Amino acid sequence: MMPLALLTPEMAGLALFVLAAFIGFEVITKVPATLHTPLMSGANAISGIILVGAVLVAAAQESTLGTLLGLLGVFLATINVVGGFLVTDRMLRMFKKKPSPPGGDAGGGGGGA
Amino acid sequence: MNFDLVAALYLLAAALFVFGLKRLASPRTAPRGNQLGALGMLVAVGATLFLVDYRFDGRFWVAWSPGNLVGIGLAIALGAGVGAVLARRVQMTAMPQLVAVFNGFGGLASALVALGDVAHVTPQGATLAGVGAGGVIVGGLTFTGSVIAYGKLQGTAWAPSRPVTFPFQKAANAGLLALAVLCVVLYAGDPTAGGWLVLALAVSLALGVLAVLPIGGADMPVVIALLNSYSGVAASAAGFAIQNEILVVAGALVGASGLILTAIMCKAMNRSLANVLFSAFGTGDTGAPQAATGPGRSVRNYTAEDAAILLTNARSVIVVPGYGLAVAQAQHSLRELGDILQARGVTVRYAIHPVAGRMPGHMNVLLAEANVPYDQLLDLDQANPHFESADVALIVGANDVVNPAARHDTTSPIYGMPILDADKARNVIMLKRSLGSGFAGVENELFFLDRTMMLFGDARQTVQKLVAEAKALA
Repeated sequence: MMPLALLTPEMAGLALFVLAAFIGFEVITKVPATLHTPLMSGANAISGIILVGAVLVAAAQESTLGTLLGLLGVFLATINVVGGFLVTDRMLRMFKKKPSPPGGDAGGGGGGA
Repeated sequence: MNFDLVAALYLLAAALFVFGLKRLASPRTAPRGNQLGALGMLVAVGATLFLVDYRFDGRFWVAWSPGNLVGIGLAIALGAGVGAVLARRVQMTAMPQLVAVFNGFGGLASALVALGDVAHVTPQGATLAGVGAGGVIVGGLTFTGSVIAYGKLQGTAWAPSRPVTFPFQKAANAGLLALAVLCVVLYAGDPTAGGWLVLALAVSLALGVLAVLPIGGADMPVVIALLNSYSGVAASAAGFAIQNEILVVAGALVGASGLILTAIMCKAMNRSLANVLFSAFGTGDTGAPQAATGPGRSVRNYTAEDAAILLTNARSVIVVPGYGLAVAQAQHSLRELGDILQARGVTVRYAIHPVAGRMPGHMNVLLAEANVPYDQLLDLDQANPHFESADVALIVGANDVVNPAARHDTTSPIYGMPILDADKARNVIMLKRSLGSGFAGVENELFFLDRTMMLFGDARQTVQKLVAEAKALA
């Protein structure tokens, strides 16, 4: 008997894509211009999510070619993920409020923040 | 079955991505936001590595043979090593190149996933096959497009910064695009004919090269933002093909992000995306009527001492940094000058045009690296109201973004471009290598204002002279 599904898998995927894009627009328009470079490298790291797909394709063993393509994808996607998050972190750590400017307040050096 | 667990973990990862991006709304919370994103990635990849025991659609079993796991582990370790080294070693000035490279790798990985999936099994149905083929194309052109963008930013011989054009270029690109679309349609019609997919990949690789070659180096911020968007779209399409929801969601987030940045960059240059992509801008032969450089116009050329006196006696100084600053590596000296002025009670702020660097927000990163506090960095809209009350606008290595012709000269190629109103400051000090024109090939009438002081020379040397003079005055 037919399940009572509203959406075919294709339509569900499309709905997911559209809704996620809306969330993306909402969230990302609030990122200030100052942080646009880390935003881009950070978003870039997130697009490395293709690593998940690459692992699945590399793990499947229906064809050697497919597995090899998957492994190459795993390698490339991991560069994207690891490099992307690390370099974003490196950049974001540079953004400081007031590194005790000469005439500034007496707040102790690099506390917390 | 652990289907539901994996799906729940994917949902958690998606939520972490969204919350992570949300925290990028402020420099204070941003580092944690990035960590949340990384955590989301760890959750998604971990769930995939250790919990998936067969494919979601149940089309076939995934054999987790130990050999394969070792291979995957090796590929991950190798990729992580390369990524970490690249991330640690890169200079902040080279950040656009690195992001381009990462974009390219992500795009190629997406194309490989879509291809590899097809190598394993024939897609069920035209939609899945078509979207997967679309992923191959977007991923392929993201890869080669990023490689060319890297070459242009790096200033290599094989991909020169200037627009590379040849006859019938647009027609050739349109033909390639049509061919790529045709491949998708034919493949969707018959998913067993993998040859169409291979042809689609080849065409998209060529298209990526040919589409970016005619775009000038100064337009690379737009190109990188757009390729960033493409890498997300490619991941989404590949995820659609292998029916994996986390790929679809994360790819859509990145696609949206890249698109927003692309729009911001285009607006900042007052040009349409089509104009950026297809007009081979920046050749210098725009043939626009140059603002009269008549013999009556003269430039006031001053010494560093004059400028230092003006700066140290000001109450408020707004610095306008341009890419010339980064080229000359003058940002550290500039910050030193800012410190000296602030110690004397001068308010120092930095007005940053969206296209000041080689990618969106690039100049902010360069200044942050030089320890300029982020609350002194103003964007276009924040900065402009302050120029009228500023005693000095100190322009370092910027040109077109402070050219008043953009406001009033309808014949100027940059007319309509939003600019920083540096000309409204009481005094303008302009550090420049020469009297040359900017990227747009337009002369800057700001040079000729009575209240403009020109200081010619290398930006770093000039700023260092200013530092020395300002110290002497202290």
